[in-house]
Amino acid sequence: MDETSIGWWGVPLAIFAGAIRISTPFLFVSLGEMVTEKSGRINLGLEGTLIMGAMSAYGIAYLTGSPWLGVLVAGLVGTIFGMLHAGICSLPKVNDIAVGIALMLFGTGLAFYLGKPLVQPQAPNLPSFNFGWWSDLQQVQSALKINALFIIGVVLAPVFLWALRNTRWGLILRIVGDSSDAARAMGYSPLAVRLVATAFGGFMAGVGGSFLSLYYPGSWNEGLSSGQGITAVALVIFARWNPMNCLWASLLFGGASALGPALQSVGVTQGYYLFNAAPYVLTLLILILSSSSHRHIAGAPGELSVTR
Amino acid sequence: MTSSLMHEPVPPQKAVKLEVVDMGKRFGGIAALAGVSMRVEAGSVHALLGENGAGKSTLVKCIMGFYTPDTGAVMVNDKEVETDNPRQAHMLGIGMVYQHFTLVPSMTVLENLVMGRSHVPALIDWKKERADLSNFVNSMPFSVPLDLPVASLAAGEKQKAEILKQLYLNVRLLILDEPTSVLTPQEADEILGLVRGMAHAGDITVLIITHKFREVLAYADEVSVLRRGQYVGGGKVADLTVDAMARMMIGEREIAPAAARTEQAPGAICLQVRGLTADDENGDAAVNGVDLDVAAGEIVGIAGVSGNGQSELVEVLAGQRPPTGGAIMVRGDAYHATRTEMLRHKLALLPEEPLHNACVGRMSVAENMAFRNFDQPPFSKGVWLSKSRMRAEARGLIERYRVKTSSPDAAIATLSGGNVQRAVLARELGGDVDVLIAANPVFGLDFAAVADIHGQIVEARNRGAAVLLVSEDLDELLELSDRILVMFDGKIVYETPIAQADRTNIGRSMAGH
Repeated sequence: MDETSIGWWGVPLAIFAGAIRISTPFLFVSLGEMVTEKSGRINLGLEGTLIMGAMSAYGIAYLTGSPWLGVLVAGLVGTIFGMLHAGICSLPKVNDIAVGIALMLFGTGLAFYLGKPLVQPQAPNLPSFNFGWWSDLQQVQSALKINALFIIGVVLAPVFLWALRNTRWGLILRIVGDSSDAARAMGYSPLAVRLVATAFGGFMAGVGGSFLSLYYPGSWNEGLSSGQGITAVALVIFARWNPMNCLWASLLFGGASALGPALQSVGVTQGYYLFNAAPYVLTLLILILSSSSHRHIAGAPGELSVTR
Repeated sequence: MTSSLMHEPVPPQKAVKLEVVDMGKRFGGIAALAGVSMRVEAGSVHALLGENGAGKSTLVKCIMGFYTPDTGAVMVNDKEVETDNPRQAHMLGIGMVYQHFTLVPSMTVLENLVMGRSHVPALIDWKKERADLSNFVNSMPFSVPLDLPVASLAAGEKQKAEILKQLYLNVRLLILDEPTSVLTPQEADEILGLVRGMAHAGDITVLIITHKFREVLAYADEVSVLRRGQYVGGGKVADLTVDAMARMMIGEREIAPAAARTEQAPGAICLQVRGLTADDENGDAAVNGVDLDVAAGEIVGIAGVSGNGQSELVEVLAGQRPPTGGAIMVRGDAYHATRTEMLRHKLALLPEEPLHNACVGRMSVAENMAFRNFDQPPFSKGVWLSKSRMRAEARGLIERYRVKTSSPDAAIATLSGGNVQRAVLARELGGDVDVLIAANPVFGLDFAAVADIHGQIVEARNRGAAVLLVSEDLDELLELSDRILVMFDGKIVYETPIAQADRTNIGRSMAGH
């Protein structure tokens, strides 16, 4: 057997590969949501956006034969969902969390309805790069087969960090998220900035969704997302609104998710479902260790309703 | 100036003259401003005096373009101008420092100043900006650390940073909204002195919103007084007396005279605090070992600039915050701020922001007034509560404490600030009181309400209650206290009996010297 030839070395390799594969949607959704939350609003509807993105990307890729066109359309569909959220939240006395939950259910339901005919056909997948060409081992090769979207995400994280500090747009975003009074006094419209930030968050979530249907698992069905959208929203808080931390948190979560399958591949079958819960247990643990009952979350945007 | 500048306004280079003509603004059925006209001469310091709710803020917000006035016009240097939003006001050289600071707390002073400009480049070259700003700050009469986040600055430095920002934005008419409410007397003197110097040099014109006569007398050249949205008088400060200004401000209403303090020797120690420590929201030490005693029949005032641990101290005494160390004793018994202990020791609390800290806004006035004793007879019988008894009791309290409410069943959040404060006062002081803890009890109230509430506090003291009064208003403490303590950086750093109390010494201790 191939697997046993490298024995337990397969476990860290599988975790590494899983970290990259599974983290990609987390990375995109959390980077987008980071921008939205930095503007002082939280969009819980990203789970619905993610699934709509997955469905529309798959449909477009199947119809046109171009997976990249699918990614673009997924992003645009996400943008529309983001603008819908921001538009409703612009009305007086509307709670962003309630709107988010409504849009989550709406997006999921709409995607299942429109995606019914897409369950059977096979759409072309997104390309990946083989960084493992130097190795003869099949496991190494497959672990180092890295998808293009992940690379884009890894580049985006430091770019976001830099942009938040050094561009006018980045600073306006932080002002609006930290104090809408200050923003108004400076002549910026918090609602307009939040509209753009939420639309952008939707775009990123749509792209994250396209990864699910076009790369891994790489098909469209109703069980495609297991709550990645909503988990990514939590990851942003976990990452303390720092884009680089979003990257690390996504990798950590992806790696932990790969633990169960990796152990199974070397023959550890006992407690398989328990290992599958590893990412959630890990998140809970880190949150408990890093939290305090009498301390505000450091770095939280001042206008964010959940931390205010 | 040529007429072409009307289309493309360029901020003026010298102090500007401002005129407001027949300004009117209604909110719903209420006229917040009714035909106010006034003139602010170039290069002068002009005080806008009035009680809370007199329309001062509405007037300047109309000038700044936050509100669109219903009638009237703004003229800058004798030309009528349009200010539809704050940005337009900035282009005309009008800028304002708000009472609640509008610098972004998590950003540095440098970032705040650069982002305040009307044209910010898409990509910011921080090296160049820092160099430019250092040059600018060096040319100013005062400086502020550029690279610290605003949240970490003291109130006085924040105020300076706000003013610096306005000057950096080339403001030629500076509006200051209650600029000294968060400052020590020395900081206030320093800042007002600085802006007056710049005004008299002809660089800026200053409009100060205030209700403190001391500041008007010491720093303003001219004054305009508003009452109930109307201009009721003004002129050169040199020609006016405090009495004349006070009459304009409050009109012909009768103000209850300050409650007479009976001369009495303080009784036994009622409230004892020993080595008390507590943390703030961020987990940093806020109260660093406070020791104090309050005897029966005495008012002990705690002075200090806000943010030196006073709120945390009061919250510990109110049971809203767990202490991290030390002990509190009431009449010799250990006190942990439980409901039972408060009842047994007849301890009453007037926290700041009473609607937030002492009321449930959506519950009725009667229910709020029964919070202390709703679970005891005659209000409760077994598991049943008697609403009618609560209502009857509340009617009595409403009458005695002159709470203006449509009925005892109205939600307490619908009452005005002064009446919420009176309702809480009625609940807390309605029965017997042995210990009273009050924090900024008259913040934001008008003259009549202030006199009323001060009277009630002194009366409680005269009846033998031990009163701990925490306030950011030094004048209030000087008027009411028997002893004054100063809190700085979480510690009591100064103590003086009222007979020897001296504004300068107290102010110096408030600043930590």
